[in-house]
Amino acid sequence: METQVHGKSVFFSTGGAKFNNAERTIIFIHGAGMDRTVWSMQARFFAHHGFTVVNLDLPGHGKSEGPACATIEEYSDWLCELIDCLDLHRVSIVGHSMGSLVALCSGAKLEKKIQKIALLGTLPKIQVHPDLLTSAMNNKHGAFETIVGWGVGRKAQIGGHKAPGSWIAGASMRLLETSKPGVLGNDLNACNVWEGGLESAGQIKCPVLLLLGEDDRMTPPKGTKELTKALHNSETIILHGAGHMMMTEQPDQTIETLSDFFE
Amino acid sequence: MTSMGNIFEFDTLSLHAGQSPDSENGSRAVPIYQTTSYVFKGVDHAASMFNLERPGHIYSRISNPTTAVLEERISALEGGVGAVATASGHAALVLGILTIMGQGGHIVASSALYGGTHNLFSHTLPRFGITTTKVDPRDVDGFRSAIKPETRLVFGETIGNPGLEVLNIPAIATVAHEAGLPLMLDSTFATPHLCKPFDHGADLIVHSATKWLGGHGVAIGGLLVDGGKFDWENSGLFPTLTEPYDGYHGLDFVEEFGPQAFIMRARAEGLRDFGACMSPTTAFHILQGIETLPLRMEKHVRNAREIAEFLGGSDAVEWVVYPELDDHPDKALASELLPKGAGSMIAFGIKGGREAGKTFIERLQVWSHLANVGDAKSLVIHPASTTHQQMDADTMKKAGLSEDLVRLSVGLENIDDLKADLKQALRAATIRKVV
Ligand SMILES: Cc1ncc(COP(=O)(O)O)c(C=O)c1O
Repeated sequence: METQVHGKSVFFSTGGAKFNNAERTIIFIHGAGMDRTVWSMQARFFAHHGFTVVNLDLPGHGKSEGPACATIEEYSDWLCELIDCLDLHRVSIVGHSMGSLVALCSGAKLEKKIQKIALLGTLPKIQVHPDLLTSAMNNKHGAFETIVGWGVGRKAQIGGHKAPGSWIAGASMRLLETSKPGVLGNDLNACNVWEGGLESAGQIKCPVLLLLGEDDRMTPPKGTKELTKALHNSETIILHGAGHMMMTEQPDQTIETLSDFFE
Repeated sequence: MTSMGNIFEFDTLSLHAGQSPDSENGSRAVPIYQTTSYVFKGVDHAASMFNLERPGHIYSRISNPTTAVLEERISALEGGVGAVATASGHAALVLGILTIMGQGGHIVASSALYGGTHNLFSHTLPRFGITTTKVDPRDVDGFRSAIKPETRLVFGETIGNPGLEVLNIPAIATVAHEAGLPLMLDSTFATPHLCKPFDHGADLIVHSATKWLGGHGVAIGGLLVDGGKFDWENSGLFPTLTEPYDGYHGLDFVEEFGPQAFIMRARAEGLRDFGACMSPTTAFHILQGIETLPLRMEKHVRNAREIAEFLGGSDAVEWVVYPELDDHPDKALASELLPKGAGSMIAFGIKGGREAGKTFIERLQVWSHLANVGDAKSLVIHPASTTHQQMDADTMKKAGLSEDLVRLSVGLENIDDLKADLKQALRAATIRKVV
């Protein structure tokens, strides 16, 4: 579906079901340099299980018009604007990696509209290695290789995916390769400079789920202690054998965990 | 780390990709799931799987756990995003074509094709309204000028069959992409060990897994691999991928699955409806082959190089075609696209033409006379009387064939035994002729 925010076109998929803003809504927010298609199974599942789904392409990503936002605050302001435009009142947000920061930042602002937040592959502060940042800023393919090499868990690097014939490491690479020049660098930089994680967490009143990958080498689960301390109402679930791309590596387990949380 | 960001290298992936040892029994080998169907966890779980909301197996025409390991493994080795295994190489080719076009579609193809592919393109697909224009594989501009408004695919073989033309993949990919078209390659003769066409611009790959991937000559199978790079939406020529599909509750494949749109449609529609699936036992056999692919291909190439040299020095031989030889027009291209070796197929002309060819083949002992290639055992055939017998002399010439042509698929036997056998049969064929 297409809509407009600040005069720029925004694309989101609805998981194959009708958009109905009177229903409880789940907004999915992808991570740095990615797009909505990382959530294809989860979006389809919840769209057919009692929710309206807004599976977003952030500005400058996928089919949404650019440019990408330069900071997490800007992404979050844009998201709040979109929620107004779509006239959504009962919203839950599922964010992955950079998307989890956008969810944290927005959760603090949305107050009564927000019902639940799920943070996947998250840290209160996502620091990016300077070499990776430089390489992404310069549009080097090596940046994609580092993201796939570190982001896709070691188990998924061998495979055995539940979706028949699906090669996750390859699909992750192709997705990054379709990102517009500079977008990955922009996003990693936005993560790197955002300091508001713990403060936002302290302002969030709704229930929050931290869904973490046991083998996540980009946002290791052990780094979330401060975050869970700052949140008023949170639970943490660690997916066995999953890396940073848990929703594509283990779509089924991700659906089951989210489904329990949203029930 | 590979250029695909994988932390494991090719030979490791050949042995492991796609399989996590089963959690129940820890079976190290890939188990053969010889089953047609799978017990659902519940009504809702079943509905979700049918609706592509949750992953898993429903019915073995559409997917099977053993076959899925093979599909993932070839995707990993080719550097793609996913694959579908089929009943034969031909089934993979047909599935690939029918996923992106129907009535009125047009293909621009290299003229150096496997005889079966030639039949499909020239005689069978036209019955369903799909036509093909053939172009000399070395004529890059010819590909460009053969493209029409209704063209939906550019097709070729990485190493041509049986002329061993090396396709200029980067140049032809550029021609295809400039016209908003995908390039599909039959990479059977190269295997991903020798060439990874996605790295050079190809978009889709088909394999006859019957050949070197299996290597043992015990199972017929095919693979269709999606590179995930082609921008179907931007091209605007492929409604099967970019518009809602009534056959799947209005599913728009690109919208939902992004880089995996093509391969999802190929399975969800093509395997479901055309039904040319691979059996789990076949998948097991092909997997057994792929485990040793790098080792086998190294020896295939080593033996092929020696045989090519041996034939070049034989008085009974008129000419030899192998892409690494100095007089081969694609030598430079071969060293660029096939740096580890130009495969293990060799063609040569025997002195004395058709008659000498027959005697030669009948005298061979170690080399098997049969209609296949890519076996661990060395094979030989005389195309004029077998694979290409349905072609008239003119068409044969266009496909780079002549009546004296003998085609070898060099196997893994001891090189001295292979040479000695060729030597005695060549001598017998030549002496007969003199007498
Ligand atoms: C290059 C090539 N492609 C495709 C095929 C067809 O494969 P299959 O026999 O597995 O259907 C063959 C078979 O000889 C082949 O040599």
